[in-house]
Amino acid sequence: MKTLWELFAAFFRIGAFTFGGGYAMLSLIQKEVVENKKWATDEEVLDYYAVAQCTPGVIAVNTATFIGYKQKGVLGAVAATFGVVLPSLIIISIIAAVLQNFMQYEIVQHIFGGIRVAVAVLIVNAVITMGKKAIIDRLCVILSISAFLVSVIFPSVSPVFIVLAAALTGIVTMKRGGADK
Amino acid sequence: MIWIRLFIEFFKTGLFAIGGGLATIPFLRSMATDPSLNWFDEKLLGNMIAVGESTPGPIGVNMATYVGYTVGYDHGGTLGALLGGFIATFALVLPSVIIILIVAKLLQAFKENKYISRSFYAIRPAVTGMIATAAVTMIKSGVFTNGTGFIRAINIKAAILFAVLLFFTNKVKLHPIFYIIISGVIGAIFSM
Repeated sequence: MKTLWELFAAFFRIGAFTFGGGYAMLSLIQKEVVENKKWATDEEVLDYYAVAQCTPGVIAVNTATFIGYKQKGVLGAVAATFGVVLPSLIIISIIAAVLQNFMQYEIVQHIFGGIRVAVAVLIVNAVITMGKKAIIDRLCVILSISAFLVSVIFPSVSPVFIVLAAALTGIVTMKRGGADK
Repeated sequence: MIWIRLFIEFFKTGLFAIGGGLATIPFLRSMATDPSLNWFDEKLLGNMIAVGESTPGPIGVNMATYVGYTVGYDHGGTLGALLGGFIATFALVLPSVIIILIVAKLLQAFKENKYISRSFYAIRPAVTGMIATAAVTMIKSGVFTNGTGFIRAINIKAAILFAVLLFFTNKVKLHPIFYIIISGVIGAIFSM
């Protein structure tokens, strides 16, 4: 019961402070899930992101379901997912009810101007942390640079394609007898 | 019945929108133009996307709540709006929860498989590369304006905040929430 509540509370905090989509929440997940609670390692979080990219649905929700399930089975998955979704339900309902044109307020735009900078910094830090864990040899360097270049130059290429291409590269370059890293 | 239709439309979106919240937008656009629905037009959708992108929470979830709220309000006032927001969000999330539960079970079973573990060894750096792309996008929208030329397009206030934050986040490891809140306050004070 305690873990269920902690899952709900941690993902509620993550949902409430995720600005700009699933990638932006990475630094929050690292803090809450990897550092504070030790529910998953950085590598596992990257794996969940990869799966979340290739499966339908919202990345944040998929990641919450994954981590919740790993901790406490189906109930844990439900608790974490409900936690990450609830802030949106509350905040959007309030905005839709009383602040239809809240984006027009100058102060709101200034606040978001500042928050966008913070989110950019947090993602840069997340890339560095994740890179240290994920990029462990020359093939990894090539894969990360290729994925970066492809997704920058061809934004219309689906992430599913990039993930599958990387997996295939990994399998093709396997040493015979299986040097499994 | 409107509630069932709302559930079906968002269940479909949750089932087929692959690649995160922004992937839901084409589905919402087709709801806007579907003559049998008449829920909202493309102009209101644009407004909803702007709110969904800038408020906290996953974009896809924000959009579902907003659309559900709007549709529900037209069919039952405030109570209908709350019900609509809940139904749309629940329907959006349900398919991915089911699919991820299945995938998580499979992954647990095949974790030791050398092909699976080798695949993830190769996928991790690729995902890191894609997150780097997201970082570039965020820097573009956070630190640059629409001006022409690299130097002229830099928003000086934002660039200074960026540099200061980059320094402090690596010196003092505080909770990211702290940096988000403080940046919002700084943004308001210095009209960023």
